Amino acid sequence: MIEAAVIGVGQTKYEAKRRDVSMGGLVRKAIDKAMFAADVDWDAIDAVILGKAPDMFEGVMMPELSLVDAIGANGKPLLRVHTAGSVGGSTAVIAASHVCSGNFDTVLTVTYEKQSESNATWALSPKYPYSPHINAGAGGYFAPYMREYIRRYDAPENIGWKVAVKDRLNALKNPLAHLQIPGIDEKMVAETPMLWEPLRYLESCPSSDGACAMVISNKKLAESRNAAWIKGMAVRSEGTLSAGRDEVNPQGGQDCAKDIYDQAGITNPFKEIDCAEIYVPFSWYEPMWLENLHFCDLGEGWKLTERGATEIEGDIPFNMSGGVLSSNPIGASGMIRFGEACLQVTNQAGDHQVDGANVAMGHAYGGAAQFFAMWIVSNKK
Amino acid sequence: MSEEKKDFFVSDISLSYQYTAGNATTRFLNKVAEGKLVAQKCPKCSAVYVPPRGSCPRCGVATEEELELPDTGAVESFTIVHIPIPGNPIVPPYVSAMIRLDGADISFLHLIQEIDLADIRIGMRVQAVWKDKSDWGTTLENIKWFKPTGEDDVDPSVFKFKE
Repeated sequence: MIEAAVIGVGQTKYEAKRRDVSMGGLVRKAIDKAMFAADVDWDAIDAVILGKAPDMFEGVMMPELSLVDAIGANGKPLLRVHTAGSVGGSTAVIAASHVCSGNFDTVLTVTYEKQSESNATWALSPKYPYSPHINAGAGGYFAPYMREYIRRYDAPENIGWKVAVKDRLNALKNPLAHLQIPGIDEKMVAETPMLWEPLRYLESCPSSDGACAMVISNKKLAESRNAAWIKGMAVRSEGTLSAGRDEVNPQGGQDCAKDIYDQAGITNPFKEIDCAEIYVPFSWYEPMWLENLHFCDLGEGWKLTERGATEIEGDIPFNMSGGVLSSNPIGASGMIRFGEACLQVTNQAGDHQVDGANVAMGHAYGGAAQFFAMWIVSNKK
Repeated sequence: MSEEKKDFFVSDISLSYQYTAGNATTRFLNKVAEGKLVAQKCPKCSAVYVPPRGSCPRCGVATEEELELPDTGAVESFTIVHIPIPGNPIVPPYVSAMIRLDGADISFLHLIQEIDLADIRIGMRVQAVWKDKSDWGTTLENIKWFKPTGEDDVDPSVFKFKE
Protein backbone atom coordinates (compact mmCIF):
# COMPACT_ATOMS: atom_id res chain seq x y z
CA MET A 1 0.00 0.00 0.00
CA ILE A 2 1.39 3.36 -1.07
CA GLU A 3 1.22 6.18 1.42
CA ALA A 4 2.40 9.21 -0.49
CA ALA A 5 0.64 12.20 -2.00
CA VAL A 6 1.49 15.12 -4.22
CA ILE A 7 0.92 18.29 -2.22
CA GLY A 8 2.22 20.83 -4.70
CA VAL A 9 2.77 21.07 -8.47
CA GLY A 10 4.71 23.88 -10.14
CA GLN A 11 5.18 24.48 -13.84
CA THR A 12 6.92 27.17 -15.86
CA LYS A 13 5.44 28.73 -18.96
CA TYR A 14 6.49 26.50 -21.86
CA GLU A 15 8.07 28.31 -24.79
CA ALA A 16 10.36 27.64 -27.75
CA LYS A 17 13.12 29.74 -26.19
CA ARG A 18 13.31 30.74 -22.54
CA ARG A 19 16.15 33.23 -23.03
CA ASP A 20 15.03 35.07 -19.90
CA VAL A 21 16.42 32.35 -17.61
CA SER A 22 19.42 30.05 -17.30
CA MET A 23 18.90 26.33 -16.73
CA GLY A 24 19.19 26.94 -13.00
CA GLY A 25 16.67 29.77 -13.19
CA LEU A 26 14.27 27.62 -15.19
CA VAL A 27 14.18 24.74 -12.69
CA ARG A 28 13.99 27.17 -9.76
CA LYS A 29 10.90 28.86 -11.22
CA ALA A 30 9.06 25.52 -11.24
CA ILE A 31 10.35 24.63 -7.77
CA ASP A 32 9.26 27.95 -6.25
CA LYS A 33 5.74 27.47 -7.62
CA ALA A 34 5.54 23.85 -6.39
CA MET A 35 6.75 24.77 -2.89
CA PHE A 36 4.37 27.73 -2.73
CA ALA A 37 1.48 25.47 -3.77
CA ALA A 38 2.56 22.89 -1.16
CA ASP A 39 2.99 25.59 1.51
CA VAL A 40 6.40 24.24 2.59
CA ASP A 41 9.81 25.84 3.06
CA TRP A 42 13.27 24.34 2.53
CA ASP A 43 13.47 22.91 6.05
CA ALA A 44 10.66 20.53 5.12
CA ILE A 45 12.52 19.08 2.10
CA ASP A 46 14.37 15.86 3.01
CA ALA A 47 15.70 14.89 -0.43
CA VAL A 48 15.73 16.15 -4.01
CA ILE A 49 15.19 13.99 -7.10
CA LEU A 50 16.11 15.54 -10.46
CA GLY A 51 15.24 14.13 -13.88
CA LYS A 52 16.03 15.08 -17.44
CA ALA A 53 16.41 13.44 -20.83
CA PRO A 54 19.76 12.78 -22.60
CA ASP A 55 22.54 15.26 -21.77
CA MET A 56 23.22 15.46 -25.52
CA PHE A 57 19.98 17.45 -25.87
CA GLU A 58 21.75 20.53 -24.52
CA GLY A 59 25.36 19.40 -24.52
CA VAL A 60 25.63 19.96 -20.74
CA MET A 61 26.97 16.83 -19.13
CA MET A 62 25.76 15.83 -15.65
CA PRO A 63 23.70 19.00 -15.07
CA GLU A 64 22.88 17.72 -11.56
CA LEU A 65 26.36 18.90 -10.54
CA SER A 66 25.92 22.53 -11.53
CA LEU A 67 22.25 22.62 -10.50
CA VAL A 68 22.81 21.60 -6.86
CA ASP A 69 22.28 25.14 -5.60
CA ALA A 70 19.34 25.96 -7.86
CA ILE A 71 17.43 22.87 -6.79
CA GLY A 72 18.22 23.37 -3.10
CA ALA A 73 20.09 20.10 -2.72
CA ASN A 74 23.04 21.43 -0.73
CA GLY A 75 23.51 19.11 2.24
CA LYS A 76 20.64 16.90 1.15
CA PRO A 77 20.40 13.57 -0.66
CA LEU A 78 20.27 14.17 -4.43
CA LEU A 79 19.59 11.62 -7.15
CA ARG A 80 19.39 12.19 -10.88
CA VAL A 81 17.11 9.94 -12.93
CA HIS A 82 17.38 9.24 -16.64
CA THR A 83 15.06 7.07 -18.72
CA ALA A 84 14.91 9.07 -21.98
CA GLY A 85 11.50 10.64 -22.75
CA SER A 86 9.78 8.73 -19.95
CA VAL A 87 12.13 10.33 -17.40
CA GLY A 88 9.60 12.84 -16.08
CA GLY A 89 7.33 9.95 -15.13
CA SER A 90 9.98 7.65 -13.71
CA THR A 91 11.46 10.56 -11.72
CA ALA A 92 8.05 11.08 -10.07
CA VAL A 93 7.84 7.37 -9.26
CA ILE A 94 11.36 7.36 -7.78
CA ALA A 95 10.56 10.45 -5.69
CA ALA A 96 7.33 8.90 -4.39
CA SER A 97 9.21 5.65 -3.67
CA HIS A 98 11.59 7.62 -1.44
CA VAL A 99 8.60 8.81 0.60
CA CYS A 100 7.12 5.30 0.69
CA SER A 101 10.46 3.96 1.97
CA GLY A 102 9.79 5.68 5.28
CA ASN A 103 13.22 7.32 5.25
CA PHE A 104 11.95 10.68 3.98
CA ASP A 105 8.81 12.59 4.96
CA THR A 106 8.87 15.06 2.10
CA VAL A 107 10.70 14.94 -1.21
CA LEU A 108 11.10 17.65 -3.85
CA THR A 109 11.29 16.44 -7.43
CA VAL A 110 11.96 18.48 -10.56
CA THR A 111 12.45 17.77 -14.25
CA TYR A 112 13.29 20.05 -17.15
CA GLU A 113 14.59 20.48 -20.66
CA LYS A 114 15.98 23.63 -22.24
CA GLN A 115 15.92 22.40 -25.78
CA SER A 116 16.62 25.78 -27.34
CA GLU A 117 20.22 25.52 -26.14
CA SER A 118 20.96 22.77 -28.67
CA ASN A 119 19.11 20.47 -31.08
CA ALA A 120 17.35 17.33 -29.88
CA THR A 121 16.69 16.00 -33.39
CA TRP A 122 20.42 16.19 -34.07
CA ALA A 123 21.11 14.42 -30.77
CA LEU A 124 18.66 11.65 -31.69
CA SER A 125 20.04 11.17 -35.21
CA PRO A 126 23.67 10.11 -34.86
CA LYS A 127 25.45 7.93 -37.36
CA TYR A 128 25.90 4.59 -35.65
CA PRO A 129 29.22 2.85 -36.27
CA TYR A 130 29.21 0.40 -39.21
CA SER A 131 25.70 1.38 -40.36
CA PRO A 132 24.24 3.71 -42.96
CA HIS A 133 23.26 7.13 -41.58
CA ILE A 134 19.48 6.81 -41.70
CA ASN A 135 18.28 7.88 -38.25
CA ALA A 136 15.90 10.80 -38.54
CA GLY A 137 14.89 11.96 -35.08
CA ALA A 138 12.10 10.62 -32.89
CA GLY A 139 9.46 11.11 -35.59
CA GLY A 140 11.54 9.12 -38.07
CA TYR A 141 11.85 6.31 -35.56
CA PHE A 142 8.17 6.11 -34.59
CA ALA A 143 6.52 6.80 -37.97
CA PRO A 144 6.85 3.17 -39.23
CA TYR A 145 4.95 1.95 -36.16
CA MET A 146 2.16 4.48 -36.73
CA ARG A 147 1.97 3.30 -40.34
CA GLU A 148 1.70 -0.30 -39.13
CA TYR A 149 -1.09 0.68 -36.68
CA ILE A 150 -3.02 2.34 -39.51
CA ARG A 151 -2.57 -0.75 -41.72
CA ARG A 152 -3.41 -3.25 -39.02
CA TYR A 153 -6.72 -1.66 -38.05
CA ASP A 154 -7.60 0.13 -41.30
CA ALA A 155 -7.77 3.51 -39.55
CA PRO A 156 -8.83 6.59 -41.55
CA GLU A 157 -6.16 9.23 -42.23
CA ASN A 158 -8.00 12.04 -40.43
CA ILE A 159 -7.75 10.36 -36.99
CA GLY A 160 -4.24 11.79 -36.65
CA TRP A 161 -5.47 15.24 -37.66
CA LYS A 162 -8.32 14.98 -35.14
CA VAL A 163 -5.93 14.29 -32.25
CA ALA A 164 -3.71 17.17 -33.36
CA VAL A 165 -6.70 19.55 -33.34
CA LYS A 166 -8.21 18.30 -30.06
CA ASP A 167 -4.96 18.68 -28.08
CA ARG A 168 -4.28 22.17 -29.49
CA LEU A 169 -7.84 23.32 -28.69
CA ASN A 170 -7.22 22.08 -25.13
CA ALA A 171 -3.95 24.05 -25.09
CA LEU A 172 -5.94 27.25 -25.66
CA LYS A 173 -7.45 26.61 -22.21
CA ASN A 174 -4.00 26.22 -20.60
CA PRO A 175 -2.05 29.50 -20.35
CA LEU A 176 1.22 27.60 -19.73
CA ALA A 177 1.00 25.59 -22.98
CA HIS A 178 3.64 26.37 -25.61
CA LEU A 179 1.58 26.13 -28.81
CA GLN A 180 -1.39 28.48 -28.96
CA ILE A 181 -3.09 28.09 -32.34
CA PRO A 182 -6.54 29.73 -32.35
CA GLY A 183 -8.80 28.47 -35.12
CA ILE A 184 -6.88 25.24 -35.69
CA ASP A 185 -8.93 22.65 -37.59
CA GLU A 186 -8.37 19.40 -39.48
CA LYS A 187 -7.93 21.22 -42.77
CA MET A 188 -5.13 23.35 -41.32
CA VAL A 189 -3.35 20.24 -39.99
CA ALA A 190 -3.80 18.37 -43.28
CA GLU A 191 -2.25 21.23 -45.23
CA THR A 192 0.92 21.40 -43.16
CA PRO A 193 4.06 19.83 -44.66
CA MET A 194 4.71 16.11 -44.42
CA LEU A 195 7.66 15.44 -42.08
CA TRP A 196 7.87 11.68 -41.68
CA GLU A 197 5.08 9.92 -43.58
CA PRO A 198 2.35 9.46 -42.40
CA LEU A 199 3.06 12.31 -39.98
CA ARG A 200 2.52 15.98 -40.83
CA TYR A 201 4.05 19.04 -39.14
CA LEU A 202 1.07 19.82 -36.91
CA GLU A 203 0.74 16.14 -35.95
CA SER A 204 4.11 16.38 -34.24
CA CYS A 205 5.18 17.84 -30.88
CA PRO A 206 7.04 21.15 -30.63
CA SER A 207 10.50 21.61 -29.14
CA SER A 208 10.09 23.49 -25.85
CA ASP A 209 11.94 24.94 -22.89
CA GLY A 210 10.36 24.37 -19.51
CA ALA A 211 10.38 22.70 -16.11
CA CYS A 212 7.92 20.95 -13.84
CA ALA A 213 8.32 20.29 -10.10
CA MET A 214 6.32 18.49 -7.44
CA VAL A 215 6.43 18.18 -3.67
CA ILE A 216 5.56 14.65 -2.54
CA SER A 217 4.92 13.91 1.11
CA ASN A 218 3.49 11.35 3.51
CA LYS A 219 0.33 11.82 5.54
CA LYS A 220 1.96 14.17 8.09
CA LEU A 221 1.74 17.06 5.64
CA ALA A 222 -0.68 15.66 3.08
CA GLU A 223 -3.63 15.22 5.41
CA SER A 224 -3.83 18.98 5.99
CA ARG A 225 -3.52 19.87 2.32
CA ASN A 226 -5.43 19.57 -0.97
CA ALA A 227 -3.51 16.42 -1.86
CA ALA A 228 -3.47 14.01 -4.79
CA TRP A 229 -2.98 10.57 -3.23
CA ILE A 230 -0.99 8.07 -5.26
CA LYS A 231 -3.04 4.88 -5.60
CA GLY A 232 -0.76 2.96 -7.93
CA MET A 233 2.62 3.59 -9.60
CA ALA A 234 5.00 1.51 -11.69
CA VAL A 235 7.75 1.58 -14.29
CA ARG A 236 8.61 -1.06 -16.90
CA SER A 237 11.20 -1.54 -19.62
CA GLU A 238 11.63 -3.98 -22.47
CA GLY A 239 14.48 -5.08 -24.74
CA THR A 240 15.02 -2.83 -27.74
CA LEU A 241 16.07 -5.46 -30.28
CA SER A 242 14.07 -8.49 -29.24
CA ALA A 243 12.34 -10.99 -31.49
CA GLY A 244 8.58 -10.86 -31.05
CA ARG A 245 8.56 -7.26 -29.87
CA ASP A 246 5.42 -5.38 -30.95
CA GLU A 247 6.08 -1.66 -30.86
CA VAL A 248 2.52 -0.90 -31.92
CA ASN A 249 1.34 -2.43 -28.64
CA PRO A 250 4.41 -2.86 -26.41
CA GLN A 251 4.31 -5.52 -23.69
CA GLY A 252 6.05 -3.16 -21.25
CA GLY A 253 3.22 -0.64 -21.57
CA GLN A 254 0.54 -3.31 -21.14
CA ASP A 255 2.22 -4.76 -18.06
CA CYS A 256 2.90 -1.37 -16.45
CA ALA A 257 -0.76 -0.34 -16.88
CA LYS A 258 -2.03 -3.65 -15.51
CA ASP A 259 0.25 -3.21 -12.50
CA ILE A 260 -1.03 0.26 -11.54
CA TYR A 261 -4.68 -0.74 -12.10
CA ASP A 262 -4.21 -3.75 -9.80
CA GLN A 263 -2.60 -1.55 -7.14
CA ALA A 264 -5.45 0.97 -7.38
CA GLY A 265 -8.15 -1.69 -7.49
CA ILE A 266 -9.26 -0.64 -10.96
CA THR A 267 -10.85 -3.38 -13.07
CA ASN A 268 -12.37 -1.22 -15.83
CA PRO A 269 -10.07 1.73 -16.59
CA PHE A 270 -12.45 3.19 -19.19
CA LYS A 271 -15.21 3.51 -16.57
CA GLU A 272 -13.21 4.04 -13.38
CA ILE A 273 -10.62 6.60 -14.53
CA ASP A 274 -12.12 10.07 -14.96
CA CYS A 275 -9.38 11.56 -17.14
CA ALA A 276 -5.80 10.87 -18.21
CA GLU A 277 -2.67 12.75 -19.23
CA ILE A 278 -1.00 10.35 -21.65
CA TYR A 279 2.34 10.84 -23.45
CA VAL A 280 1.28 11.52 -27.06
CA PRO A 281 4.16 13.26 -28.88
CA PHE A 282 2.81 12.23 -32.29
CA SER A 283 -0.91 12.24 -33.08
CA TRP A 284 -1.35 8.51 -33.76
CA TYR A 285 -0.07 7.58 -30.32
CA GLU A 286 -3.45 8.55 -28.83
CA PRO A 287 -5.36 5.62 -30.39
CA MET A 288 -2.33 3.35 -29.99
CA TRP A 289 -2.08 4.05 -26.25
CA LEU A 290 -5.86 3.86 -25.73
CA GLU A 291 -5.46 0.21 -26.72
CA ASN A 292 -2.09 -0.44 -25.08
CA LEU A 293 -3.36 0.89 -21.72
CA HIS A 294 -6.51 -1.28 -21.88
CA PHE A 295 -9.05 1.54 -22.27
CA CYS A 296 -10.51 -0.49 -25.17
CA ASP A 297 -9.93 -3.60 -27.27
CA LEU A 298 -7.30 -3.75 -30.00
CA GLY A 299 -8.41 -1.88 -33.12
CA GLU A 300 -11.00 0.17 -31.20
CA GLY A 301 -8.73 3.06 -30.16
CA TRP A 302 -9.16 5.12 -33.31
CA LYS A 303 -12.94 4.71 -33.03
CA LEU A 304 -12.89 6.23 -29.54
CA THR A 305 -10.87 9.16 -30.87
CA GLU A 306 -13.20 9.48 -33.86
CA ARG A 307 -16.34 9.75 -31.74
CA GLY A 308 -14.80 12.38 -29.44
CA ALA A 309 -14.44 10.14 -26.37
CA THR A 310 -11.06 11.73 -25.54
CA GLU A 311 -12.30 15.33 -25.59
CA ILE A 312 -12.62 17.19 -22.26
CA GLU A 313 -16.37 16.51 -22.23
CA GLY A 314 -15.92 12.92 -23.46
CA ASP A 315 -16.03 9.54 -21.71
CA ILE A 316 -12.28 9.36 -21.16
CA PRO A 317 -10.67 12.79 -21.62
CA PHE A 318 -7.01 12.57 -22.77
CA ASN A 319 -4.53 15.45 -22.43
CA MET A 320 -6.74 18.23 -21.18
CA SER A 321 -3.63 20.44 -20.76
CA GLY A 322 -2.85 20.20 -24.47
CA GLY A 323 -0.45 17.33 -23.89
CA VAL A 324 3.00 16.71 -25.34
CA LEU A 325 1.61 17.81 -28.72
CA SER A 326 1.34 21.35 -27.30
CA SER A 327 4.37 21.56 -24.96
CA ASN A 328 7.42 19.30 -25.07
CA PRO A 329 10.36 20.13 -22.84
CA ILE A 330 11.30 16.44 -23.18
CA GLY A 331 12.79 15.76 -19.74
CA ALA A 332 9.79 17.41 -18.06
CA SER A 333 7.08 16.11 -20.40
CA GLY A 334 6.42 12.96 -18.37
CA MET A 335 6.24 14.84 -15.06
CA ILE A 336 3.85 17.36 -16.60
CA ARG A 337 1.51 14.42 -17.34
CA PHE A 338 1.85 13.15 -13.76
CA GLY A 339 1.45 16.65 -12.29
CA GLU A 340 -1.52 17.56 -14.48
CA ALA A 341 -3.28 14.37 -13.30
CA CYS A 342 -2.80 15.68 -9.73
CA LEU A 343 -4.17 19.12 -10.64
CA GLN A 344 -7.29 17.46 -12.07
CA VAL A 345 -8.17 15.42 -8.98
CA THR A 346 -7.49 18.40 -6.68
CA ASN A 347 -9.69 20.65 -8.84
CA GLN A 348 -6.81 23.04 -9.65
CA ALA A 349 -6.68 22.65 -13.45
CA GLY A 350 -8.41 25.95 -14.20
CA ASP A 351 -10.06 26.27 -17.59
CA HIS A 352 -9.04 22.74 -18.62
CA GLN A 353 -10.53 21.13 -15.51
CA VAL A 354 -12.66 18.01 -16.03
CA ASP A 355 -15.82 18.40 -13.95
CA GLY A 356 -15.83 16.08 -10.97
CA ALA A 357 -12.51 14.37 -11.68
CA ASN A 358 -11.71 12.10 -8.71
CA VAL A 359 -9.35 9.55 -10.27
CA ALA A 360 -6.76 10.43 -12.93
CA MET A 361 -3.88 8.73 -14.68
CA GLY A 362 -0.42 10.07 -15.63
CA HIS A 363 1.67 8.24 -18.24
CA ALA A 364 5.03 8.59 -19.95
CA TYR A 365 7.03 6.54 -22.43
CA GLY A 366 10.49 6.97 -23.81
CA GLY A 367 13.50 5.63 -25.67
CA ALA A 368 12.55 3.36 -28.53
CA ALA A 369 9.15 2.90 -26.79
CA GLN A 370 10.85 0.59 -24.32
CA PHE A 371 10.58 2.66 -21.11
CA PHE A 372 7.21 3.19 -19.41
CA ALA A 373 6.16 5.02 -16.24
CA MET A 374 2.61 5.48 -14.95
CA TRP A 375 0.59 6.40 -11.93
CA ILE A 376 -2.99 6.71 -10.70
CA VAL A 377 -3.92 9.56 -8.35
CA SER A 378 -7.10 10.24 -6.40
CA ASN A 379 -8.41 12.99 -4.14
CA LYS A 380 -9.39 10.32 -1.60
CA LYS A 381 -6.76 8.87 0.72
CA MET B 1 25.16 51.82 -34.81
CA SER B 2 24.68 50.27 -31.42
CA GLU B 3 25.48 46.61 -31.17
CA GLU B 4 22.59 44.38 -30.07
CA LYS B 5 23.17 43.08 -26.57
CA LYS B 6 23.73 39.34 -26.59
CA ASP B 7 23.19 37.22 -23.51
CA PHE B 8 24.31 33.91 -24.97
CA PHE B 9 27.10 32.51 -27.08
CA VAL B 10 27.26 29.57 -29.47
CA SER B 11 29.84 26.89 -28.83
CA ASP B 12 30.42 23.83 -31.02
CA ILE B 13 31.19 20.56 -29.30
CA SER B 14 32.84 17.64 -31.05
CA LEU B 15 33.78 14.28 -29.71
CA SER B 16 35.88 11.53 -31.22
CA TYR B 17 35.43 8.13 -29.70
CA GLN B 18 36.65 4.60 -29.99
CA TYR B 19 33.94 1.99 -30.46
CA THR B 20 34.52 -1.59 -29.34
CA ALA B 21 32.12 -3.65 -31.41
CA GLY B 22 32.20 -6.76 -29.23
CA ASN B 23 32.47 -10.40 -30.20
CA ALA B 24 29.12 -10.93 -31.97
CA THR B 25 29.20 -7.70 -33.97
CA THR B 26 32.85 -8.22 -34.91
CA ARG B 27 32.06 -11.67 -36.31
CA PHE B 28 29.05 -10.28 -38.15
CA LEU B 29 30.97 -7.36 -39.66
CA ASN B 30 33.90 -9.53 -40.75
CA LYS B 31 31.37 -11.59 -42.75
CA VAL B 32 29.69 -8.46 -44.11
CA ALA B 33 33.13 -7.50 -45.45
CA GLU B 34 32.92 -10.72 -47.52
CA GLY B 35 29.39 -9.90 -48.72
CA LYS B 36 27.68 -12.34 -46.36
CA LEU B 37 24.88 -11.66 -43.87
CA VAL B 38 25.41 -14.06 -40.97
CA ALA B 39 22.74 -14.22 -38.25
CA GLN B 40 22.81 -15.83 -34.82
CA LYS B 41 20.12 -18.15 -33.48
CA CYS B 42 18.81 -18.46 -29.92
CA PRO B 43 19.35 -22.02 -28.63
CA LYS B 44 16.17 -21.75 -26.54
CA CYS B 45 13.45 -20.03 -28.61
CA SER B 46 15.14 -20.33 -32.03
CA ALA B 47 14.78 -16.58 -32.74
CA VAL B 48 17.17 -15.51 -35.49
CA TYR B 49 18.95 -12.17 -34.98
CA VAL B 50 20.59 -10.11 -37.71
CA PRO B 51 22.59 -8.07 -36.96
CA PRO B 52 23.34 -10.33 -33.99
CA ARG B 53 24.14 -8.84 -30.58
CA GLY B 54 25.42 -12.07 -29.05
CA SER B 55 22.36 -12.81 -26.93
CA CYS B 56 18.60 -13.24 -27.10
CA PRO B 57 16.76 -10.51 -25.14
CA ARG B 58 13.71 -12.80 -24.86
CA CYS B 59 15.55 -15.67 -23.16
CA GLY B 60 18.65 -13.97 -21.75
CA VAL B 61 20.96 -16.58 -23.22
CA ALA B 62 23.99 -16.35 -25.51
CA THR B 63 23.46 -16.95 -29.23
CA GLU B 64 26.36 -19.06 -30.52
CA GLU B 65 24.90 -20.83 -33.58
CA GLU B 66 25.49 -18.88 -36.79
CA LEU B 67 23.60 -19.15 -40.05
CA GLU B 68 23.98 -17.27 -43.30
CA LEU B 69 20.85 -15.50 -44.54
CA PRO B 70 20.08 -14.43 -48.09
CA ASP B 71 20.18 -10.73 -48.99
CA THR B 72 16.46 -10.80 -49.80
CA GLY B 73 13.57 -9.95 -47.52
CA ALA B 74 10.46 -7.84 -47.09
CA VAL B 75 9.49 -4.40 -45.80
CA GLU B 76 8.04 -4.69 -42.28
CA SER B 77 7.23 -0.98 -42.23
CA PHE B 78 8.78 2.30 -43.36
CA THR B 79 8.62 6.05 -43.33
CA ILE B 80 9.46 8.61 -45.98
CA VAL B 81 11.60 11.32 -44.42
CA HIS B 82 10.79 14.72 -45.95
CA ILE B 83 12.85 17.01 -43.76
CA PRO B 84 16.62 17.46 -43.65
CA ILE B 85 18.05 16.01 -40.45
CA PRO B 86 20.84 18.08 -38.89
CA GLY B 87 24.16 16.28 -39.35
CA ASN B 88 22.73 13.73 -41.81
CA PRO B 89 24.14 13.91 -45.35
CA ILE B 90 21.21 12.09 -47.06
CA VAL B 91 19.04 14.49 -49.08
CA PRO B 92 15.27 14.10 -48.45
CA PRO B 93 12.88 12.74 -49.42
CA TYR B 94 14.26 9.31 -48.67
CA VAL B 95 12.84 6.04 -47.37
CA SER B 96 13.88 4.67 -44.01
CA ALA B 97 12.61 1.09 -44.00
CA MET B 98 12.54 -1.76 -41.52
CA ILE B 99 13.97 -4.59 -43.62
CA ARG B 100 13.18 -8.14 -42.47
CA LEU B 101 15.62 -10.53 -44.16
CA ASP B 102 14.20 -13.92 -45.12
CA GLY B 103 14.69 -16.20 -42.11
CA ALA B 104 15.27 -13.37 -39.61
CA ASP B 105 13.08 -12.53 -36.60
CA ILE B 106 14.10 -8.86 -36.23
CA SER B 107 14.37 -6.06 -38.79
CA PHE B 108 17.06 -3.46 -39.36
CA LEU B 109 16.84 0.01 -40.89
CA HIS B 110 18.05 0.59 -44.43
CA LEU B 111 17.23 2.62 -47.51
CA ILE B 112 14.95 1.63 -50.42
CA GLN B 113 15.55 2.98 -53.91
CA GLU B 114 14.87 2.13 -57.59
CA ILE B 115 11.11 2.62 -57.06
CA ASP B 116 8.65 5.55 -56.91
CA LEU B 117 8.30 6.43 -53.24
CA ALA B 118 4.50 6.32 -53.55
CA ASP B 119 4.66 2.65 -54.59
CA ILE B 120 6.46 1.38 -51.48
CA ARG B 121 4.27 -0.68 -49.14
CA ILE B 122 4.38 -2.93 -46.10
CA GLY B 123 5.05 -6.52 -47.20
CA MET B 124 6.92 -5.53 -50.40
CA ARG B 125 9.70 -7.99 -51.38
CA VAL B 126 13.17 -6.43 -51.63
CA GLN B 127 16.77 -7.38 -52.36
CA ALA B 128 20.05 -5.74 -51.37
CA VAL B 129 21.99 -3.70 -53.93
CA TRP B 130 25.66 -4.01 -53.02
CA LYS B 131 28.42 -1.52 -53.63
CA ASP B 132 31.28 -2.53 -55.89
CA LYS B 133 33.28 -5.26 -54.16
CA SER B 134 36.41 -3.10 -54.13
CA ASP B 135 34.57 -0.66 -51.83
CA TRP B 136 33.51 -3.23 -49.23
CA GLY B 137 34.50 -2.80 -45.61
CA THR B 138 33.28 -3.97 -42.21
CA THR B 139 30.01 -2.03 -42.46
CA LEU B 140 26.39 -2.47 -43.54
CA GLU B 141 27.10 0.46 -45.85
CA ASN B 142 28.40 -2.24 -48.22
CA ILE B 143 24.71 -2.42 -49.11
CA LYS B 144 23.85 0.80 -50.96
CA TRP B 145 20.12 0.26 -50.55
CA PHE B 146 17.40 -2.31 -51.12
CA LYS B 147 15.36 -2.49 -54.31
CA PRO B 148 12.05 -4.20 -55.09
CA THR B 149 12.28 -7.72 -56.53
CA GLY B 150 8.91 -7.54 -58.27
CA GLU B 151 7.68 -10.69 -56.50
CA ASP B 152 4.24 -10.80 -54.87
CA ASP B 153 3.98 -9.02 -51.51
CA VAL B 154 4.08 -11.15 -48.37
CA ASP B 155 1.23 -11.11 -45.86
CA PRO B 156 2.34 -8.92 -42.90
CA SER B 157 1.37 -11.75 -40.53
CA VAL B 158 4.72 -13.37 -41.48
CA PHE B 159 6.45 -10.69 -39.37
CA LYS B 160 4.83 -12.02 -36.19
CA PHE B 161 7.26 -14.10 -34.14
CA LYS B 162 6.35 -17.77 -33.98
CA GLU B 163 8.05 -19.64 -31.18
